[in-house]
Amino acid sequence: MLKLILNRLAHSVVVMLAVALIAFSMVAFLGDPISNMVGQDTTVAERAALRENLGLNDPLPVQFVRFLSHAVQGDFGLSYSLRVPVSELFAERMPATLELSIISAIFALLIGIPLGIHTAINRDSFTTQAILSSSLVGVSLPTFLIGILLILIFGVMLRWLPTFGRGDVVMIGGWSTGLLTSSGLRSLVLPVATLTIFQLTLIIRLVRAEMMEVLRTDFIKFARARGIRRKALNYRHALKNTMMPVITVVGLQLGNIIAFSLITESVFQWPGMGLLFVQAIGNADIPVMVAYLMIIALIFVLINLIVDLLHFVLDPRLHSSGAN
Amino acid sequence: MLLDISNLTVKYPSRHGEFTALKDVTLTLEAGEILGLVGESGAGKSTVGNAVIGLLAKPGFVDHGRITLTGQQLVGRPEPEMELLRGARVGMIFQDPMTSLNPLETVGWQLCETIMLHKHCTRRAARTHAIDMMESVGIRDAGERFDHYPHQFSGGMRQRVVIALAICGDPDVIIADEPTTALDVSVQSTILDLLRTICRERGVGMILVTHDMGVIAEVADRVAVMYRGEVVEVGKTREILTAPQHKYTQSLISAVPRADVKIERFPLISYIEDAGTPDLARLKARWTKPKGAQSDIALSVRDMSVEFITQRAWTGRKSKVFRAVQSVSFDIPRGTTLGIVGESGSGKSTIARTIAGIYQPAEGEVTLNGMSLTKASTRDAKLRRRDLQMIFQDPYSSLNARMRVQQIIAEPILFQKGRAARDEAMRTADDLLDIVGLGGAAGRKFPHEFSGGQRQRISIARALATGANFIICDEPTSALDVSIQAQLLNLLKDLQQELGLTLLFISHDLPVVRQMCDRVCVMKKGVIVEQQETEQLFASPQHAYSQQLLALAPKLLR
Repeated sequence: MLKLILNRLAHSVVVMLAVALIAFSMVAFLGDPISNMVGQDTTVAERAALRENLGLNDPLPVQFVRFLSHAVQGDFGLSYSLRVPVSELFAERMPATLELSIISAIFALLIGIPLGIHTAINRDSFTTQAILSSSLVGVSLPTFLIGILLILIFGVMLRWLPTFGRGDVVMIGGWSTGLLTSSGLRSLVLPVATLTIFQLTLIIRLVRAEMMEVLRTDFIKFARARGIRRKALNYRHALKNTMMPVITVVGLQLGNIIAFSLITESVFQWPGMGLLFVQAIGNADIPVMVAYLMIIALIFVLINLIVDLLHFVLDPRLHSSGAN
Repeated sequence: MLLDISNLTVKYPSRHGEFTALKDVTLTLEAGEILGLVGESGAGKSTVGNAVIGLLAKPGFVDHGRITLTGQQLVGRPEPEMELLRGARVGMIFQDPMTSLNPLETVGWQLCETIMLHKHCTRRAARTHAIDMMESVGIRDAGERFDHYPHQFSGGMRQRVVIALAICGDPDVIIADEPTTALDVSVQSTILDLLRTICRERGVGMILVTHDMGVIAEVADRVAVMYRGEVVEVGKTREILTAPQHKYTQSLISAVPRADVKIERFPLISYIEDAGTPDLARLKARWTKPKGAQSDIALSVRDMSVEFITQRAWTGRKSKVFRAVQSVSFDIPRGTTLGIVGESGSGKSTIARTIAGIYQPAEGEVTLNGMSLTKASTRDAKLRRRDLQMIFQDPYSSLNARMRVQQIIAEPILFQKGRAARDEAMRTADDLLDIVGLGGAAGRKFPHEFSGGQRQRISIARALATGANFIICDEPTSALDVSIQAQLLNLLKDLQQELGLTLLFISHDLPVVRQMCDRVCVMKKGVIVEQQETEQLFASPQHAYSQQLLALAPKLLR
């Protein structure tokens, strides 16, 4: 177990270093940081002094190491456009994105897995056909369209739910949460619904395909032949064997949702990282982009680590020695 | 009478009308008796078992007939009632112990689940009972192994677990569907012993479904021979084997390769598909003689070892390696056949693949037609290997399903001669199909339109396409029925005679090896323990392991 964790951590470090190198080259080679920082009336001598001061005349490897040591401490410098430390910006925005993504992923799993099982067991029933075709609609419509439709129906026409922002938030030790106020919860409903619909189709179809595959295997047939009841067969024997690929895909998808929730965030004016990133692109705000790149890479690496560990825990073939 | 099947007819509706899988099958089974059910694939023998336990593959259904278990009629019983009978009255053992168990749960968990279901007891009582069961099927250290997962058991031990699971609900009838087909001969005989003991001691009636006459001879009290969904003959095992009455039974038994004497050709079952006679004269005309030095030795292997890395090294530490083959040496004279026999994992297929260039040897030299394959540049070795072709075990996965048969056979020719030879290659492909007895028109079809035996003929045609004179056959007939096997082995013999082919023949089936090979190597754990002329090996095996293998192989008559 420990060996596996160390092994995976070593992989993660290599990945993070590669991403850091890419991020660093954005800082080093895209535009001149000095002219982004100072005004028009700064003299050439002052610019040179500042350059020397900031260590921009050092050899690139030295600068890279300095960049790394700062990045490890969460220091990505000042935002060009907002003039505040990038780390503060992200500390403010990250909770919004994580709450939105994780809650939508949980809903997608809670709804998707039972529906997937249902469609696998009752292959040709009417409900199966209905679930499959309506889920197809869910994935065919782009997220922004779903978002806009939801806003139109529940926000504009019915006036049940707020259509933008997070509502009131409560600070708990540096983490701003919208889960504790009623306006915060109400604000979550529409964006979470949008992202859930987007993930649902894939989960239903994946669970269905895997489950149908498992139900065809010999050990299910043998379990039936020794009298194991239907329910135990489907939920105890088949479901656990179905979960391996589902975990992998759901993990990757959660990463995607966090990284690319910017469309949903734009539609709902959700004050998350995605929205921050879109604005940073507009302003050519390189420190913000660099930090975004690093944080997203870190999230992906962490999710993959967790997925690997879950596989390891669930599948005895990975942690118990082979035949003897 | 324990089980009484009368006039059982099972049908499968399909787009092309109804297919009758079983037709008026009538069988009886007494307590403590083993009834063998033999026949070739498609004869419907598994369908009988599935019908008894109520697990007919959809959309199959019982059209008419009765299955009576101690007076209780099983046909037409609703599914919830059948569910209660399964495991408690009727148990089943499947062919492949590797896939019969849930890989994610411990063996003990699976046993307890089943015991608690049938005995309605507490988990603690179930645990005690499960350990007893494991001991009674011959699993040592049952208390410790209780918490092990299926992958931690060997194939034979896993089949014992499967048997324990099948009998832990105390069923009256057990259906064993090819219970030893996936196992090595030495394991097979212990499992057959176990099955017999269970029937005697517990008074269980068993229907033993198998294609293997040897297994039947070993354990069955009575035999029912099936052919195309009908029982053609039922009787005492000894009577059926020594004096079969029905013509099909006679030809089926005569097609089983014999371990006791060598015969020139395999008797054919004229009953099944017609083989067609290969037109060898035409083939010979286009055959090219082997290039290069005309040595008498077609293939020579010297001190060859093959290693696999089981754990890759990090810096400084040495990789853990597994020696699959340990310094083996043998020569194959031109025009002869060398057999390699051994149990699974003995390294026999690894040798074949290394000679074919799929694996690289760690040490040693391989020489084909006097030219080294191992001490040559990759390019040269590739060119020299053109004289070598391979026929694989599984006729279903060794042909590309999306290519037409003609393309499949022409591909190696095009690869060697280039696109320009396209017309010629297609003509050769048609000729070869004619020669292996499929007819030139077969080239327009896809592989799935052929039976297993026909596909293996296609593989042979592909191996012959480039005029190769050395052919490696890796278990070429182990997936086939005996009648088809006989045809195919005859074809290989004819081709060898006419074309002077040299064969490396790998098999776990000793009788087949006896019929096909001039010399035999016996392998165990990567080492050749005995290398001998075939007749001599079978007459007086020298090494203890060879003796054991020969003694354990099921014999038709004893």
